[in-house]
Amino acid sequence: MDSIPKIIVSASPHVHSDKTSKKIMYDVVIALVPAFLVSLYVFGLNALIVTAAAIVSCLLFEYLIQKHLLKTNVTISDGSALITGILLAFNLPANLPIWMIVAGSLIAIGVGKLSFGGLGFNIFNPALVGRVFLLVSFPVAMTSWPTAMENTTTLTDAVTGATTLGILKDGLQFGGTIPELSAQLPSNTDLLLGITGGSLGEMSALALLLGGVYLIARKVITWHIPVAVLATMALMTAIFWLADPEHYANPVLHLLSGGAILGAFFMATDLVTSPVTKKGMVIFAIGIGVITVVIRLFGSYPEGISFAILIMNAFVPLINKYFKPRRFGSKIKAKIV
Amino acid sequence: MLKTFPKGGVHPPENKLTSSEQIKRLPVPKMVYVPIAQHIGIPAEIVVEAKEKVGIGQVIAKSGAFVSSNIHSPVAGMVTKLDMIVDSSGYKKQCIVIRTDAKNESNFQEVEYPLEKEIELSPKEIMQRISDCGIVGLGGATFPSHVKLNVQDDKKIDCLIINGVECEPYLTADHRLMLEKSQEILMGIKILMYALNIDRAIVGIENNKKDAIALFKKSTASEKGIDVAALQVKYPQGSEKQLIRALLKREVPKNGLPMDVGTIVHNVGTIFAIYEAVQHNRPLMERVVTVTGKKMESPSNYWIKIGTPIKDVIAGAGGLPEGTRKILNGGPMMGKALKNTDVPITKGTSGIVLIADEEADRGETKNCIRCGECVSVCPMGLEPHLLMNLSEKGMFEMAGQEDILTCIECGSCSYVCPSHRPLLDYIRFGKDVTKKLETSKN
Ligand code: SF4
Ligand code: SF4
Repeated sequence: MDSIPKIIVSASPHVHSDKTSKKIMYDVVIALVPAFLVSLYVFGLNALIVTAAAIVSCLLFEYLIQKHLLKTNVTISDGSALITGILLAFNLPANLPIWMIVAGSLIAIGVGKLSFGGLGFNIFNPALVGRVFLLVSFPVAMTSWPTAMENTTTLTDAVTGATTLGILKDGLQFGGTIPELSAQLPSNTDLLLGITGGSLGEMSALALLLGGVYLIARKVITWHIPVAVLATMALMTAIFWLADPEHYANPVLHLLSGGAILGAFFMATDLVTSPVTKKGMVIFAIGIGVITVVIRLFGSYPEGISFAILIMNAFVPLINKYFKPRRFGSKIKAKIV
Repeated sequence: MLKTFPKGGVHPPENKLTSSEQIKRLPVPKMVYVPIAQHIGIPAEIVVEAKEKVGIGQVIAKSGAFVSSNIHSPVAGMVTKLDMIVDSSGYKKQCIVIRTDAKNESNFQEVEYPLEKEIELSPKEIMQRISDCGIVGLGGATFPSHVKLNVQDDKKIDCLIINGVECEPYLTADHRLMLEKSQEILMGIKILMYALNIDRAIVGIENNKKDAIALFKKSTASEKGIDVAALQVKYPQGSEKQLIRALLKREVPKNGLPMDVGTIVHNVGTIFAIYEAVQHNRPLMERVVTVTGKKMESPSNYWIKIGTPIKDVIAGAGGLPEGTRKILNGGPMMGKALKNTDVPITKGTSGIVLIADEEADRGETKNCIRCGECVSVCPMGLEPHLLMNLSEKGMFEMAGQEDILTCIECGSCSYVCPSHRPLLDYIRFGKDVTKKLETSKN
């Protein structure tokens, strides 16, 4: 036999596309940069501190738990913990105490991700698990928002403002109507550009859209989830608004506030926790849209998309089971003679 | 809009380095190793003995069953022994070893028959010729052609499909054959239309072979019933089921055959072999093989005698380049990696592709991130990540319910998986076990 040095024998295919999970993860990071820059502009150093704290603690917890508790391979370089850190930060107010951020990261990584078996096995979006944990544990700190542009230079807490949806909810609860509240509400332009109250990453709808379009262009995500979430929300809020514009805000305001865009493009599309088929994705997204609107309009909490995504995350295994791709050749019965 | 199949598929870099290389001839090999199982079905039975002299085209192994095919000697010479040698499957197979007679002139004179346009045989005689001449599908599946053409009485064929897709990266053998033997292929199509008594045929060619499309369009312009269709470039369009869907919008049912939807598909190489068999009574003894690789000295297409050891083929094309890490029998998507180069060329060998270091890396396997890429590229509508999981866990019953057996092993899923999961490796294994389970149940 001709002996050839280092011949490899493996099964086909013998070529691979150049897509890797690492590249996908870093594309998501790149897509989040514009929104981060806006939050830096709006909240100054605080934005940097919150984001850094979340990233560092997420990476650290992943490292420590994998190395010392689970004694498995350490996978912090795969980019997924980094994304969890950024997304968690994006869901927090800019003045949240650092120890709370660290606690949120522990829950996100430890409970949301590693307790399920790590990347790929988690059912819920880890960043949202962390966020919801903080929201339930520290409701006051989690809903005190520094007013935009007030403290771009100092680190001290500034006046706490309210989010757009918060103003609405409170105002309507005390018998106000939308036309009366409109003076307090930010304009659509402000919402679009990001000059408003809220968590870090929900500032600028425009910056988030830019990142979202990048993800679609890079084929990291498809349009199905974001478009279906936003369309469902738009449709539902439009119906209420048309029926009673005094008590229900218009769809544009709903879409541009309360993290709808952040959720639709970056949280709901998390590959691991969303369905694998396009059909399934649309069902999942419609579910998120409906639940978000129901919570916003009828729940006691002004926002809702985080809860909606987590609730629908729980249905993903079921959706994957019932919304399978159509098998080739299943249309017709085989005639075998 | 170019036609194509609707669901799934990928587009790997084409790397067709040899599209403009005219088909060359290699020197006649000193020894040929002719396996008796070069087709799907029952191996042929050896009808020669050691020390026996054989002539070119002499039957050396005879098909004894319906799904089987004759094997002919590709050279004139002497049978030195009947031996077991490793073939491209990696297993030892029975094989007839023949030493070429260096003095026998017929070994070196290539007979080029003139184009024969009159069909003189009856349909029945045509089928007999195809069977006698050992024609099998040359696209890779090596199904005996006479079996494929044997239409059951209750089936009606209304369209013949000629597969000129050649969607595997690197391979250009069919492309060159279409350019150089278009008239013969056209006659082959007419022979089959006559033999099957049908009046419609479509030649499907992917749009990366514009010269072949133009040539066939021109030469079929005045032919009634023969159309040429340009197809969007998408792998695995050369798969029968995908091709039928693309051209006729008919979906071959699960567990069904093309006949069930009124069609038969033949590869252009097979059609050429059928022409040669029917018009010139020439058995299948050689075929066009693309011999290529990014570092090869003279990658090209060659007429190669069946049974030629691959090392002779590589030597003829300039030798094995430095840094070769994989030697493929077939294209990079579906071909088999060989352990050594003693393996002979068989009727099913469409290409020898040498993969260099940089391309051979498979990447580290990571966790599935459930991105759904494998699901969206699967042309059969399967869920590869799930099938891999089920195979890994030994849940073959469920894998069967999830239609693992309909996987056509195109490899698109493994190709795209960003976590480099060896999806098809596990699916193949799962298919094997599931098949065994199902046959033992029946
Ligand atoms: S392509 Fe790979 S990572 Fe993506 S779902 Fe399929 S197996 Fe999982
Ligand atoms: S599961 Fe089979 S048919 Fe589907 S992409 Fe993978 S290899 Fe191809």
